[in-house]
Amino acid sequence: MEWLLFVPLAALALGTAAFVILLRNPIYCALALVGTFFALSGLYLLLQAEFVAVVQVIIYAGAIMVLFLFVIMLLDVGHEPPPWLRRDRPRLLLGLGLVALLVLELAVAIGSWIAPGIRGPYTSDYVNAVGNTQLIGRLLFTEFLIPFEITSIILLIAIVGAMVLARRQ
Amino acid sequence: MPEPAFFVVMLAKIAVVFGLMLLSVAYLTWLERKVISDFQVRLGPMRVGPHGLLQPIADGIKLMFKEDIIPEAADRAIYVLAPTLALIPAFISFAVIPFGDRVRLFGQSIDMVISDVNVGLLYLFGVASLGVYGIVLGGWASNNKYALLGGLRSAAQMISYELSMGLSVVGVLMLSESLSLVRIVGAQSKAWFILLQPIGFLIFLICAIAETNRAPFDLPEAETELVAGFHVEYSSMKFAMYFMAEYANMITVAALATTLFLGGWRGPFLPPVVWFLAKLYLVIFLFIWIRATLPRFRYDQLMRFGWKVLLPLALANIVITAAFVALR
Amino acid sequence: MRGAGCGVRGAMTGTVPLSAYLILSAALFAIGVIGVVIRRNALIIFMAIELMLNAVNLTFVAFSKFLGSMDGQIIVFFVMAVAAAEVALGLAIIIALYRNKESVNVDDINLLKG
Repeated sequence: MEWLLFVPLAALALGTAAFVILLRNPIYCALALVGTFFALSGLYLLLQAEFVAVVQVIIYAGAIMVLFLFVIMLLDVGHEPPPWLRRDRPRLLLGLGLVALLVLELAVAIGSWIAPGIRGPYTSDYVNAVGNTQLIGRLLFTEFLIPFEITSIILLIAIVGAMVLARRQ
Repeated sequence: MPEPAFFVVMLAKIAVVFGLMLLSVAYLTWLERKVISDFQVRLGPMRVGPHGLLQPIADGIKLMFKEDIIPEAADRAIYVLAPTLALIPAFISFAVIPFGDRVRLFGQSIDMVISDVNVGLLYLFGVASLGVYGIVLGGWASNNKYALLGGLRSAAQMISYELSMGLSVVGVLMLSESLSLVRIVGAQSKAWFILLQPIGFLIFLICAIAETNRAPFDLPEAETELVAGFHVEYSSMKFAMYFMAEYANMITVAALATTLFLGGWRGPFLPPVVWFLAKLYLVIFLFIWIRATLPRFRYDQLMRFGWKVLLPLALANIVITAAFVALR
Repeated sequence: MRGAGCGVRGAMTGTVPLSAYLILSAALFAIGVIGVVIRRNALIIFMAIELMLNAVNLTFVAFSKFLGSMDGQIIVFFVMAVAAAEVALGLAIIIALYRNKESVNVDDINLLKG
């Protein structure tokens, strides 16, 4: 049952991710990336991380990618001039081959590996009983309070920085 | 509940809600035209059926048989895809809104909500934030400067007002201590949240109008300056889909306002579903009333209002509510 | 208690093992790296970076589930917040560059070469 959901979602994620780096029109790339984010959101649901799944859609698909689209349309950057992939075909192929080899190697290594470490107290049953969102909220305001506050400062700096940078002189 | 029965009930609920939604969307166009004509002391549609009651059906048939034009310079794939992207979020967001109390039917207790998810409100905001894609992409793919301007405007507008909208409901969340819409309605058994959160309700309502691109925030499709904005090149069923999405969004937003602030389906004497629909249509009437009354904002006014008035107000509302909750 | 992951072999029957998520994540990360290397459009390079961040997020959430800890999901929350800030700044930089250079091709942005 889980595989029935995992395999299509994984295929969707990989396929759309490949489109992101292969298509020429930036708008299509951005849309493909939205597809990847949706596939990942589905995978998060499969991993019982409802809060992360929904926030993934709100932040990535709803805000970040809309900003990307906005900038692409505003600048009208259009297509990359050919040759949009680097000219060095042999080296490109060599590089891709090495990447494939690395991923394969990783797959073999990970496949036969047993995760070490001690299991934490948050089992599926416990998370379901208390609620995923409630737990994250509680942890954010207790154990992770200082990082949480620092995040707000980072966001503030980003807002100010973006305004300074994008403002017309 | 046994599994097959669960699926049957689920499918039945989806079918009923979807059907009613389509019907409401069709008749909302009639309602809007009638109410606005009343405001302007004229009759509105009267020819097709008694009091123009069959007008939406006539309009639908007309739109279906219109020629479907795709501009030559348009980006075909996205041009075709965009109206669907606008319509789907508009319809699936209704899935988490409770429209009645739990009832007993054929010996089963049935929740009057399609799916009571734990993160219901976040789901709604996630889905609502996707609605902007249909508009932006439609505007871009048309390859028309008015359409592109409309699309860009709407992207900026919807992102800006989504922020205040999200912040305006934080007060409700603090009072109800849940993201599930069923529990939020449950928490209003003593007092509707509009009494405890009047400022939150006001901000929510304003942002809701902006999110649905209605007057006085209808800049993405301002007829008098952008011809028709993002959907200027669209015709036939594709145009109809944008139209339906807009009205479906209006229903969803009104339902959300009802659920969050007006006590949802709660009310004395009458059955819950009737109360829910009554409040829903009251909010929709308010939307139409505002459209008939107020002129359109200018673009810079819109942005200034969103960022310099609504956002600080929403934040102040959160601070005050938080202090209230903490001291209680 | 130990042993969260298990081999791919013999796992096709029931639940999806941790290793499947990790392999998927590695593949997504690799696609992101390839994108950064082969593309010249600054916007698309930026998207590829987002892709890599998301691949890492998947790893965090997967570990969070299989090790019974919430820390992974919380870190993902922080990653998203920082990513939002990063995108706002990055896009502002790209807009500023475009104003000066009329281009978002990273090969044209070589002022420091002198």
